[in-house]
Amino acid sequence: MTMPVLLLTDALILLLLAGVVGYFYFVSRRPQMRATWMRVTESPSGMAALVVLFAYLVVGLLDSVHYRPVLEAKDPKAATVYSVEVLSLLDVLASPLRERQERTYSAPFDTRAYSKETIEIPGTDGAPGKQVREFPRLQFGGVHLALESERDRDILVTALRGFSLAFALWLALAALLSAVLARGSAISSSETMRRIWRGETRVPWSAVLIMLGLLLAIGGPVITLCTRYHVLGTDKVGQDVMYLALKSIRTGLVIGTLTTLVLLPLAVVAGVTAGYFRGWVDDVVQYVYTTLNSIPGVLLIAASVLLMQVYIDTHPDLFPTSVQRADLRLLFLCIILGLTSWTGLARLLRGEVLKLREFEYVQAAQAFGVGHSRIISRHILPNVMHVVLISLVLDFSGLVLAEAVLSYVGVGVDPSMTSFGTMINAARLEMGREPMVWWSLAAAFVFMFVLVLAANLFADSVRDAFDPRIRVRGPAMQKG
Amino acid sequence: MDKLLEIDNLRTEIEGAGAPTRAVDGISLDIERGETFALVGESGCGKSMTALSLMRLLPEAGHIAGGSVRIDGKDLLALPESEMRDQRGRRIAMIFQEPGTSLNAVMTVGRQIEEVLERHLGLAGEVSRARAQSLLEAVGVPDAARRLGEYPFQLSGGLKQRAMIAMALAAEPDILVADEPTTALDVTIQSQVLDLLKQLQADRGMAILLITHDLGIVSGMAKRVAVMYAGELVEVASRDAFFSDPQHPYSRKLFASLPGAGRRGEELAVIPGQVPPLNTAFHGCRFADRCDFVHARCRDESPGWTCLPDGHAVRCHWVEDRQKGIATRGMDAPRATFAGAAKAPLAAGDGKALLKVTELKVHFPIRKGVFKKTVGQVKAVDGVSLEVASGRTLALVGESGCGKTTVGKAILQLIRPTSGEVLFDGVDLVQLRGEALRTRRREFQIIFQDPYASLNPRLRVEDILLEGMSALGVGAGGESRRQRLNQLLDQVGLPQSALARYPHEFSGGQRQRIAIARALAVEPRLIICDEPTSALDVSVQAQILNLLARLQRELGLAYLFITHNLAVVEYLAHEVAVMYLGRIVERGTADEVLGSPKHPYTQALLSAVPRIDAGAARAVIKLEGELPSPVNPPSGCHFHPRCRDVMPECRTQYPGVTALSATRRVSCWLHAGKT
Repeated sequence: MTMPVLLLTDALILLLLAGVVGYFYFVSRRPQMRATWMRVTESPSGMAALVVLFAYLVVGLLDSVHYRPVLEAKDPKAATVYSVEVLSLLDVLASPLRERQERTYSAPFDTRAYSKETIEIPGTDGAPGKQVREFPRLQFGGVHLALESERDRDILVTALRGFSLAFALWLALAALLSAVLARGSAISSSETMRRIWRGETRVPWSAVLIMLGLLLAIGGPVITLCTRYHVLGTDKVGQDVMYLALKSIRTGLVIGTLTTLVLLPLAVVAGVTAGYFRGWVDDVVQYVYTTLNSIPGVLLIAASVLLMQVYIDTHPDLFPTSVQRADLRLLFLCIILGLTSWTGLARLLRGEVLKLREFEYVQAAQAFGVGHSRIISRHILPNVMHVVLISLVLDFSGLVLAEAVLSYVGVGVDPSMTSFGTMINAARLEMGREPMVWWSLAAAFVFMFVLVLAANLFADSVRDAFDPRIRVRGPAMQKG
Repeated sequence: MDKLLEIDNLRTEIEGAGAPTRAVDGISLDIERGETFALVGESGCGKSMTALSLMRLLPEAGHIAGGSVRIDGKDLLALPESEMRDQRGRRIAMIFQEPGTSLNAVMTVGRQIEEVLERHLGLAGEVSRARAQSLLEAVGVPDAARRLGEYPFQLSGGLKQRAMIAMALAAEPDILVADEPTTALDVTIQSQVLDLLKQLQADRGMAILLITHDLGIVSGMAKRVAVMYAGELVEVASRDAFFSDPQHPYSRKLFASLPGAGRRGEELAVIPGQVPPLNTAFHGCRFADRCDFVHARCRDESPGWTCLPDGHAVRCHWVEDRQKGIATRGMDAPRATFAGAAKAPLAAGDGKALLKVTELKVHFPIRKGVFKKTVGQVKAVDGVSLEVASGRTLALVGESGCGKTTVGKAILQLIRPTSGEVLFDGVDLVQLRGEALRTRRREFQIIFQDPYASLNPRLRVEDILLEGMSALGVGAGGESRRQRLNQLLDQVGLPQSALARYPHEFSGGQRQRIAIARALAVEPRLIICDEPTSALDVSVQAQILNLLARLQRELGLAYLFITHNLAVVEYLAHEVAVMYLGRIVERGTADEVLGSPKHPYTQALLSAVPRIDAGAARAVIKLEGELPSPVNPPSGCHFHPRCRDVMPECRTQYPGVTALSATRRVSCWLHAGKT
């Protein structure tokens, strides 16, 4: 038996996931909102970005199911003892990566360490052994090779095997998709397939398939290779960089999404009440966000994180494991980021509501004596939701980047927690080394870049579908 | 006369989802040097697209699919863009509808005019500045030298439109395309601008292509008229022929749907349905579905031009048949149909005062500085008294900015009045608070101007209609409310299936019906109609006016009808109150006020309205200047700076109310003491 551990952030992620599912259920029952979301699915770049985001999301979610494994007790009668180490599903799946730890740096695909060490060669036949300084073989990377010269061929063969597996999987997925699409219509699935490739489907499935193919073409070989080599090298203490990069994904996603959970109610309540009631409420809200905006964000975050750190250090008994401690700090960082970044959205909403409250349908409702709360919930909120949605999706990438900067400065996540920021911070000192240790930084950069790019592309297509100013272009021209 | 502009089979398409929209579909017309040619039609007929095609200023999705546009024989459509730039402004210039958005807000007016002079005439420096100044003087901008250095926001709407005209005229073009040049302006300003255009045309001999939906303006300005419908021309005629004997059923219907004093007590003619979407493939006549004289041939054969004497041409099978002397069924009926409109007498009402407003004032404080100190008052409404009898209509008339909408909202308590009394059925609404006011709200409702802004796009029609009922607790529970909803839809002439749909699925006129149904849902006794038809086309306006008149007869509603459209007032009002800068200057029955106006402002307002029956020359009373700011109204009578009968006492003291008859009140020194 294992002991499931529900970290605070895990719980909130579940809550968020439930919220998103609930939202889409709600949308599916409203024809107008469904039509708007359908427009999002019509954008090829948006759908391709969604595939990438989905891949990240799967990794992040796998990394959000935690448990503590049972320690094997010598005495079977003794009470079960759980390990202090908290593992996630991702850790289990990636255990070849996690457990194959070298002593220190090694370059990607290398079979030997990155720095020379003094190695004792035991003497044969009683002859005295001698000491040699050379690059030692790695404990795990490429250890199956009899001859190191066979490495390139082995890599190629292994990669090809992974690639062909991925290709088979992709073909199966494509066939499954066309079969699903063809179901319920009179068209055969091969005809559906042809339509997909000619771009005749409403949803650009060809873009989805191409992106999926690209992901599999990279992912397949990487998966087969990483059981034998360190595909992205190892870091200072010999951990596989690939593993670190995968672990960083959850941190980035948590920061990007949970922060909005904090930010959203603050921004909506402050923005809508300020815009709707005006007068002194507006004055107070404006005063608060102007003041908050004039304090340097990093300073505020640094101070709050230090406070938090002191609290954690003085109450060690509250946290049975180090992971739980690091998790609390992550959550706290999200809260702090949320508290300092709600002002932008609040300002946008205030302006929008100031405009909306003068709309005639709001006045018609007032003429019926409809109460304020009902007017806000029926007439104001549904009509500013597009602003909220667009700015949330846009904010996501900004927050992921902010985490990297904060961790680099040292006020971000707990040093024991892997994140893009801590990876970059750790790689920073080695940049000056000759020859340079570039792979940690490059890995963090590529993973973060792809995530942020996908998020931005998706945000663009959401905005295109939701922003009324972009939508009016067509019909407005037919006037006169 | 020589032909200046020849348009031949011009076709313009706009790309969009599905089939391209053929906004202009084969238009041919000629304009002679120095003549004014009017293009008339409802919105969505492709009038503006025609203008933009001439200028080659189409939006990105639009392109010209064929045809030619020749000025003095030179085909504009064949020119490369660089040469087209030489033509724009020099040969053919354009003024737009909205003066607020057609000037660059960050450039001075002078600079914008000089830009044209530099580009086309190569003028620069002092010369161009002097020229710009003389242009501004020519379009009647007072104090032109100072205005040159001002930015558009410092000018009023009328002055901006004048500056726009000065810009268009700067390079002395041969043709001026005026796309609804006065639609955004008030009547008195409109008559100033139209006069200006007429005078400039006489001085410079340029041709004007006037695009408008207002037949009154056409009558006063045009030499020849073309009627546009669904992307093509359906009738071309000289002005006199068009106004004395319109041929196409569509033109006739347009005339018949105009409200006015002559039609009081009659039902206005309506054109059923709406302009068909222009991306459909047409087989027969495009007007067939809405035509009273439709016969089988109209459905499958597109009519060609039938020429009548004096260059009068019509595109209609019915006219063609009549011309040839072929008898068709229903051919002799038309006259009867047009003349004998159904009688629909105005409701009489019981004459008991339902609403009595006394000395209503709404002042908005102007605050400045850190501590928001009040430094002044905008006196939007400054002592208005009026009465509305149950079952009758009071029209509140005035130009934009005079405070008439504020009066409406203050009566509804949407804006709390600064002082004064609003007695509704004997209860002072100003004193009511909270629950007491809420229960009273059942009895008075409002209909707004813009049917697009007055319905929440996220609610279904059913929810929109139920909102008032549930807020005010009208009707008990599900079944009785559902019956009520169906009854409401019947009353406003919408199908039952409308309930489950969203507002964006309806046309402007249908949306206004929904808005009316929403107001009716709580069974009010008074409805405040705030310009309910000014955003609608003439034929749709007729439908809504008919509906309002019928509802008044059937339900005994009282209307406070807020409007600037005097033709509508003449058609349906029992009493009229004329408002100027926050105060009522004259009120009385419709016959009294509109028949023999006493206040100089009322006289000027009435004379400025463009009329179709302008065969006899009318003396238009010109009003100089514009409505002053309510922040700092003129001393004495607010109207004295623009009044032609100004007397010394007008400058010092506001005139008291003089009762000229039992129903008639006027505030003017001319009539003071004449009781």
